[in-house]
Amino acid sequence: MDLNFTPEEEAFRAEVRAFLADKLPARLSAKVSSGKILAKADMEEWHAILNERGWLANHWPEQYGGPGWTAVEKFIFEHECALAFAPRIVPFGVNMLGPVLIKYGNEAQKRHWLPRILNGDDWWCQGYSEPGAGSDLAAVKTSAVRGIDAQGDHYIVNGQKTWTTLGQHANMIFCLVRTNREAKKQEGISFLLIDMTSPGVEVRPIITLDGEHEVNEVFFSDVRVPAENLVGEENKGWTCAKYLLTYERTNIAGVGFSVAALEQLKRIAAAQTKNGKPLADDPAFAARLARVEIDLENMKTTNLRVIAAVAGGGVPGAESSMLKIRGTEIRQEISSLARRAMGVYGRPFIEEALHDGFDGETFGPAYASAAAARYFNNRKLSIFGGSNEIQKNIISKMILGL
Amino acid sequence: MNFEHTEDRRMLADSLNRFIAEQYAFDARDRIAKSEHGFSKEIFQQFAELGVIGALFSEADGGFGGGGFDIAVVFEALGRGLVVEPLLGAVMVGEALSAAGSDAQKQKLGDIINGALVAAFAHDEAGAHYERTHVATRAERSGDGWVIHGAKAVVPQGERADLFLVSARTSGKLDDEAGISLFLVTAKTPGLTVRGCPAIDGGRVAELAFDGMKLGADALLGTEGQGHATLERAIGRGVLALCAESVGAMEAAKTATLEYLRTRKQFGTLIGSFQALQHRMADLLLEIEQARSAVINAAAAIDGADRVARERALSAAKFSIGRIGALVAEESIQMHGGIGMTWELPLPHYAKRLVMIDHQLGDEDHHLQRYIALGKEVAA
Repeated sequence: MDLNFTPEEEAFRAEVRAFLADKLPARLSAKVSSGKILAKADMEEWHAILNERGWLANHWPEQYGGPGWTAVEKFIFEHECALAFAPRIVPFGVNMLGPVLIKYGNEAQKRHWLPRILNGDDWWCQGYSEPGAGSDLAAVKTSAVRGIDAQGDHYIVNGQKTWTTLGQHANMIFCLVRTNREAKKQEGISFLLIDMTSPGVEVRPIITLDGEHEVNEVFFSDVRVPAENLVGEENKGWTCAKYLLTYERTNIAGVGFSVAALEQLKRIAAAQTKNGKPLADDPAFAARLARVEIDLENMKTTNLRVIAAVAGGGVPGAESSMLKIRGTEIRQEISSLARRAMGVYGRPFIEEALHDGFDGETFGPAYASAAAARYFNNRKLSIFGGSNEIQKNIISKMILGL
Repeated sequence: MNFEHTEDRRMLADSLNRFIAEQYAFDARDRIAKSEHGFSKEIFQQFAELGVIGALFSEADGGFGGGGFDIAVVFEALGRGLVVEPLLGAVMVGEALSAAGSDAQKQKLGDIINGALVAAFAHDEAGAHYERTHVATRAERSGDGWVIHGAKAVVPQGERADLFLVSARTSGKLDDEAGISLFLVTAKTPGLTVRGCPAIDGGRVAELAFDGMKLGADALLGTEGQGHATLERAIGRGVLALCAESVGAMEAAKTATLEYLRTRKQFGTLIGSFQALQHRMADLLLEIEQARSAVINAAAAIDGADRVARERALSAAKFSIGRIGALVAEESIQMHGGIGMTWELPLPHYAKRLVMIDHQLGDEDHHLQRYIALGKEVAA
């Protein structure tokens, strides 16, 4: 039993820290730490910096351009990036599609798409959820009908995807489509890559409760997709979908984000006053703060236990459902306390202050403007990536055997 | 990073689990727990022969372990078995002897480790509500020795203990950290009255009263007035032991509840097929894993040099265990329904122990406040 990292792992951490100190632009970390909205160019800039170092696709094997890190090294990297307020890696191409192509794609697909992900030639988004297929993902209805004509082997796609995160920036979308209506739910689904500049694709924004344009609806009307864009076998797309979801959950606990957010919250609680005394000394607030801090300390160790268990190179199983549930609860609680810490200044909402180019006056302390918006935005954490209730179903079935 | 126990610890846990399964099944435990003595001296000595007490102490103290994870492994197994024998007293009084005892006093460590001597920790007082510095019992010098007046509350297995570690104030105000002294008191010392009763979670407890109890000079443990640091060390070991015991009991309660969900039928189907219960069970699993992580954190911190980090990890663990222990207890009973209310089933006895652990060495509220106060020491 030893909770310490090895000297090699500590050296790796130092290397990551030095890299972040040297290469992470202060302008970007300031935006992240103050809860501002990142522009497309900000995210592309950070991807390019990571790619130059060979650290962008940290889940990929070395032969495809990954760094060949262990599970522990990935954890350290993600943790340090979060502590430094680095922008998050946009996961859709790098962390989701990449591993699926590596596992299920043919040689031509890997040769064509993987380098483009690394170089930022394509911006991918995820076409999974539909209005009628949320937690019940296998209920997807978007249809793809195979045909051959003078222009070649192809699919014609009709339907609608929703909650498409950052789809407004994307030129490519990977979709779960129904290729067989007769088969059982999971068995008629295929995994298809679709060019969003094709005729018949339309992206419409969905404005979320915090006023933000983060997610979209994507409509497909008789969209022609070359058959070579099918990944894996036709009607076997559910296998790809499940595989992808396990990758979606590898850093699901988001411990680094919570540690960084908690440190920030403590600074705010020390600066905000109640009756002339720091809010941090208010017994009720201090108790809530301490509770979430203890929960996070426990969570860190739970996360490391899961990582140690999969250190042999495997992918975390149902244990990641536990990390998802508690990790998101903790993140939500921290953002809830940050909102409370603002007192009356939780309400003023100057949306422009969250974007570049704002030079007006804010209401209350500078950090107040993002607190409530972030709290409302963070309600998504317990809904996406398999809602926390779905995670409990998974625990119940896979671990408890009920 | 490695979350596996050493081979030695695994072997000790295996033999302890096997012994408990063979000698300490629920019926035997129930008989012992409600017996006149409140525990079995014979079983206690068998634990000692197995090396269970020796594992709690370092080689320098005559044992062969003594690390945080040694305590964790032993007490988790004891928790699974719902063991009532006085091992908590052994680890706490033993730690105090090791930390502050003279060479002559340390001789007693050997008898604790071989099971000949039952030791009890007598520090809590009626009005303290877990506050460690609240010591009203007074010790005054008298000739070469001491005279003690006062009382101690709810001492585990106090009627059968051979040796008490008693805290008493030799100077300072009621709640001062300075001025607390520690004394070794043998049972049957004139002026000591012991009044015992059963505990709701099994075993027996006792109130001690000191009415002009006379002690020799050699009864003082460590330096006069500076007992607090030793108390903190002893209580730290006790807190870790209780936390690990709790995780063992949680695992047993979880296994029993899961088994019930898989066999009990209502409305023509297994109740484990109901999502309302599945989600509650998933919550319990998640919380128990968090409790286990809390114990790992505390066990890793307990031998660290940084006092605040160590004490914060211990209070974080005891807080977590208090909260989660009560949750596991309440939910396990609820998911069992009516049968969970009966004495005949082992499960409710685990539930009682889980809840009562929160009543020993500081409850959830106490340790949350202590954690906050220690955090201010970091900031200051």
